[in-house]
Amino acid sequence: MADEIEFPGAATGRSALSRRILNHLHANPTIIPLFVLVIGLIIFSFVVGERFFHPFNLSLVLQQVTIIGTVALAQTLIILTAGIDLSVGAIMILSSVAMGKLAVTLGYPPEIALLLGIGVGGLCGWFNGIFVTYIRLPPFIVTLGTWSVFSAMVQYFSNGETIAQRDIEAGAEFLQWSGEAMKFGAARVTTGSIMMLMLAGFLWYMLNRTAFGRHIYAVGGDQEAARLSGINTKRVLMSVYLIAGLICGFAGWLMIGRIGAVSPLGGEMTNLDSITAVVIGGTSLFGGRGSIIGTLIGALIVGFFRNGLALAGLDVLWQEFTVGLLIITAVSFDQWLRRISN
Amino acid sequence: MAQEDIELMSVSVDRTKPPLLSARNLHKSYGRVVAMNGADFDLYEGEILAVIGDNGAGKSSMIGALAGAVRPDSGKIVFDGKEVHFASPMEAREQGIETVFQGLALAPALTIVDNLFLGREYRQPGLRGTIFRALDRRRMRAEASKHLSDLGLATIQNIDQVVETLSGGQRQGVAVARACAFGSRVVILDEPTAALGVKESRKVLELIRDVRARGISIVLISHNMPLVFELADRVHVHRLGRRIAQVRPSDITMSDAVAIMTGAMEPPPDAAA
Repeated sequence: MADEIEFPGAATGRSALSRRILNHLHANPTIIPLFVLVIGLIIFSFVVGERFFHPFNLSLVLQQVTIIGTVALAQTLIILTAGIDLSVGAIMILSSVAMGKLAVTLGYPPEIALLLGIGVGGLCGWFNGIFVTYIRLPPFIVTLGTWSVFSAMVQYFSNGETIAQRDIEAGAEFLQWSGEAMKFGAARVTTGSIMMLMLAGFLWYMLNRTAFGRHIYAVGGDQEAARLSGINTKRVLMSVYLIAGLICGFAGWLMIGRIGAVSPLGGEMTNLDSITAVVIGGTSLFGGRGSIIGTLIGALIVGFFRNGLALAGLDVLWQEFTVGLLIITAVSFDQWLRRISN
Repeated sequence: MAQEDIELMSVSVDRTKPPLLSARNLHKSYGRVVAMNGADFDLYEGEILAVIGDNGAGKSSMIGALAGAVRPDSGKIVFDGKEVHFASPMEAREQGIETVFQGLALAPALTIVDNLFLGREYRQPGLRGTIFRALDRRRMRAEASKHLSDLGLATIQNIDQVVETLSGGQRQGVAVARACAFGSRVVILDEPTAALGVKESRKVLELIRDVRARGISIVLISHNMPLVFELADRVHVHRLGRRIAQVRPSDITMSDAVAIMTGAMEPPPDAAA
């Protein structure tokens, strides 16, 4: 057929320009969080001044967001499939306890303990995946349950005791490796931060340059449509939960590097903080839309806002207040984008 | 297109040969709901077969079985002379049967290119493809543009556009283009005009004709009687989970077809299936 068919209906009531902007926002969901980050940095540079942009302070923020950032990467994969994972923090702690127990108490070589600990994370993720994929329970409920289950396992294996820093230093110093810092002038960048960025790079590649990554978006956007397109949706979902578990296990290692010890406490806020970073980063809680870079930016926004507000001398409650506002704004924006596109 | 032209086009359909795709005595129940109750089906090479039936008559289940999306409890499906058992839509596609499912089966947040190649992406040659699983995006983009312009959908200028920003007609265009680009033998369209206005429906109709002109056989499930009577070479009437008649649009009026479909009229004796 030679003559061109034009499909009408797209332009109703909206100018070409606003449609182009809309299309850009759809194609590049990270524009808005990036904008928020830049605005925030500008405001803090005026309010706080030089101290804020001091290399030491910038690298401190990076250190502070490394663990949440890593867990948020896992959370991004889950949320892209229209799921949610409330057990990420518990998986992280359970993995770090496993590493500490194996290396310090049971005397395994720390490298083996690390791999087994990450494996524990993978097992937890796999467990979540089975319930979500094959028993078809809502991810919220499954991970609410496994949050408790994994937390109980943490208490069982650790007896509620911390493995002290000096005990780890004695035989399993490798477990603290991620806390080692490289100095770039006044900036101190930990190996953990670098590994987090490398992991983000790897996941970006996976999501954007491989068929598997495209399938994650398709499954999250419309699972039935993905299935009818010939995608093995069960395998995609299982893989995502498994990978998320492995990443949380990896975050457990970073946790040991950060605090130097293995603590059965901590991580309670990690679940919600990771969701916060993902949502502020522009990933839709309804699935199918979002990005790894957005999540990194989201984690940095939270880190810089907390840091900037603290340096400005404001009470911690205003940090919470601001982060809360950011979450609501981000979700409202996502809703608005969805509504006008339908 | 005038009625005579359609008659002319259908002359090329050879019904002395065995059907290209056929089904016999398909059964499927979901609990107590019987979706297929001994359904038969025949599609001949090169024809446009319309399937009509009331809501809940089991058309979509039958189509699902032919497309690999539904596994029948019993019965037999023969494609190109061989009995087939499709376990997934992918297996049907590998044989050259493409389906545009009702509701489109597009991934809303992905681009047009991503959607066209969803589930059958090209990978880069060499190590980049095998080890790093890298997609060959350039090749996919080039082929996507070609397919869309072949089908006269060139007004979709930006193939990197996200599907959910397209209008209903454009989305339908993408879904049909995907099926037609890869469907080497049979394209099944389940309610392709359901969400469309009159003008957009015309475009889809032209697309369907264009695809048939390439020698691809078409199954068209539709409630849109004018569309059915304008396009189809034969009409398969489905009722209560099975085929109750096969008629030629020229032998029957639209209102009689609807009457047979709803059970208000017995099918003519020579048309009963």
